[in-house]
Amino acid sequence: MRWRRVRAIVVKESLQIVRDPRSLMIALLIPVLQMFLLGYGISLDVKHIPLCAYDREGSQASQALLHRFAASPYFALQGIAGSYAEVGRSLDTGRCRLAIVIPAGFSKGLADAGEGVVQALLDATDTNTAILAANYARAVIAGYSSDVQLDAVQQRGGSVQTLTAVEVRARVWFNEDLVSRNFIIPGVVALVMAIVGSQLSSLTIAREWERGTMELLISTPVQPMELMLGKLLPYFVVGMVDACICLALAVFWFDVPFRGTLAALFFTTGLFLTVVLCIGYYVSVSIRSQVGASQVALLSTMLPTTLLSGFSFPIDQMPPAVQAITYLVSGRYYVTILKALFLKGAPWSELVLPILCLTLYATVMVVFAARAFRKTLD
Amino acid sequence: MIGRIFHLLLKEFLQLKRDKSARFRLLVPPVIQMLLFGYAATFEVFNVATVVLDQDQTQESRALVADFVHSSRFKLVAVATGRRQVQDAVENSTAQVGIVVPQGFSELLRKGQSAPLQVLVDGTNSNTALIALGYVGQIAGAFGQPYALDLAQRTGRALGRPMVNVSLQERYWYNPNLNSRWFFVPGLIGTLALITIVNLTAFAIVREREVGTLEQILVTPIQPIEFIIGKTLPFFLIGLLEVSIVAVVGMLWFQVPFVGNPLVLLLGTSLFLLSALAIGLLISTLCKTQQQAFASNFFVLNPMFILSGFSFPISSMPDALQWLTYLDPLRYFLIIIRDTYLKGVGIDVVWPQMAGLATLGLSLFALAVLRFRKSLD
Repeated sequence: MRWRRVRAIVVKESLQIVRDPRSLMIALLIPVLQMFLLGYGISLDVKHIPLCAYDREGSQASQALLHRFAASPYFALQGIAGSYAEVGRSLDTGRCRLAIVIPAGFSKGLADAGEGVVQALLDATDTNTAILAANYARAVIAGYSSDVQLDAVQQRGGSVQTLTAVEVRARVWFNEDLVSRNFIIPGVVALVMAIVGSQLSSLTIAREWERGTMELLISTPVQPMELMLGKLLPYFVVGMVDACICLALAVFWFDVPFRGTLAALFFTTGLFLTVVLCIGYYVSVSIRSQVGASQVALLSTMLPTTLLSGFSFPIDQMPPAVQAITYLVSGRYYVTILKALFLKGAPWSELVLPILCLTLYATVMVVFAARAFRKTLD
Repeated sequence: MIGRIFHLLLKEFLQLKRDKSARFRLLVPPVIQMLLFGYAATFEVFNVATVVLDQDQTQESRALVADFVHSSRFKLVAVATGRRQVQDAVENSTAQVGIVVPQGFSELLRKGQSAPLQVLVDGTNSNTALIALGYVGQIAGAFGQPYALDLAQRTGRALGRPMVNVSLQERYWYNPNLNSRWFFVPGLIGTLALITIVNLTAFAIVREREVGTLEQILVTPIQPIEFIIGKTLPFFLIGLLEVSIVAVVGMLWFQVPFVGNPLVLLLGTSLFLLSALAIGLLISTLCKTQQQAFASNFFVLNPMFILSGFSFPISSMPDALQWLTYLDPLRYFLIIIRDTYLKGVGIDVVWPQMAGLATLGLSLFALAVLRFRKSLD
């Protein structure tokens, strides 16, 4: 390998980038666009769950209870149903996700036996939303229940403070307000980097074929490894600028706390960028000769980055066989590192393992990408 | 016209018949992905790594800890002897939840006062944390129930009237056991169909252009519209076949029930494939090389997947993005496929989605045809 030849390619590519300001603008705008789209699009925080109520009693007590649901930020009262059939219809059409049914004789039961049962019908097609909705509904009911109890006791001159036997005092670490954005956004950065990296490097090869300059390039004494280095280095710089934009948006626009060290952040981002650039390069170089292999590679890069990287679905909840497969997804390591850096402020010692894995991954991909390029024309 | 389209169809199927690896690529990856992602995509929370510190060491505190350990939701990974150990375990991620039963817990409980249970949660993944906290509350509530009732009765007796208690009785419709696979498997069918069909269409046409066979076809008397129909019809049929295979695999393997009308789903799928074909066609008119097609697919399909409501509820998005999702064919299809799978509703309920898909599909197709004509000259 000759550095002189690498440098020549670097200079050529950089000139091409600088003289094509439109492409450069696109390369810088795409991550911003995707950050906004995905950053705002991905949220698991459930709020304003559409709710309908069927009040079979219509008493003061039942109205007071419904009022609590209406006042809760987690629910949005869509309407009052007049019959069970109407409740069923609202759930069927998806107009509401949760229906609260207050039975006839609710307040009488409360007064006589001290027992009141409220029915909640939940649309469980989306299980996650259903579980959270049930949790919030339970909290509303519990609040109502204890207020009624305390009222009753105080009216009779009692002095009981609370009637919950075990009081859970929860403290949440790292993501104190339990905002899903805080753990999703670092994942979005990884996702956007994967998209941008693969695009950048695949377009640089595409252009050569398109303009017919590939033949010229092949006829020069440049070696595959030199060509790859020379082509990817300038795009590495562009990619790092993109990464900085994404990370800055994450911290300053989406307000995700950053608690780690900048050095660790830049080092690992560089490693991940190397991996995605090489994957993009590999796919676009081999796409000519082996359509099949590359299409499989294409299909197996898009969804895994979202589904298997642990960016939204926790890896430890997957079956062991699937967990083993996640080790093949480069995004897994970067997402782990980003989450640890952003939310936990993890020290280097905790990052050693994922960084080593990512380094190994990068090395393997560099070798693969360099070897994929053959100096033949067909 | 029919004759020319027929010949083109024949050519496409012959090509597919002679290309063994293409047939492999069409069917094997989607099925593998179905199985893989069917397992990966879950928001269910089981076996949360838990560290416990019992400072009380009484019968009651041990019973409470046992309740946690024996539930399938929590898995005891360590018993701490000091607060520091609990914090360390959560800090270095050996445990996601730390439960501390403080000294004097049982005494307060017996006295009829509220006894605090301290819980430390790693909130990094807020969704898991929220759901785990819900389970902590349920287990602690169930444990405290007899004490609370006892207390209520005592207080009630003293006051000469029974105490009141309001409880919630939950019924989960359409998915009574809250199996999240029932939610994700139908979603995956739609997602995989979109990705495969858009890729196939875009690549097939770009490849003809790149290899130069597109020009050869264009010198024949065939019209652009005939070419498009002849080219997309095979993919439409392949798409239907693929959706059926993936759907059957998903249903049988993951045991997701299908309670709806297959014909409704067939109609929905056809409308959905129309949009998918149109998107593939549009991409092919914008790209000159397969590499470009690769990059654009990634760029276009990923947001479509994320904004479809596959896993992130559309209702949680800001209004502007919610409007944008109406341009995403996957959004409509996921509602149709989930509703037919799990709710078993008919056209009377999903017609707005069908209408949306039809409008979107036809306009995309018209746009694609217009652009395709332009890209020829």
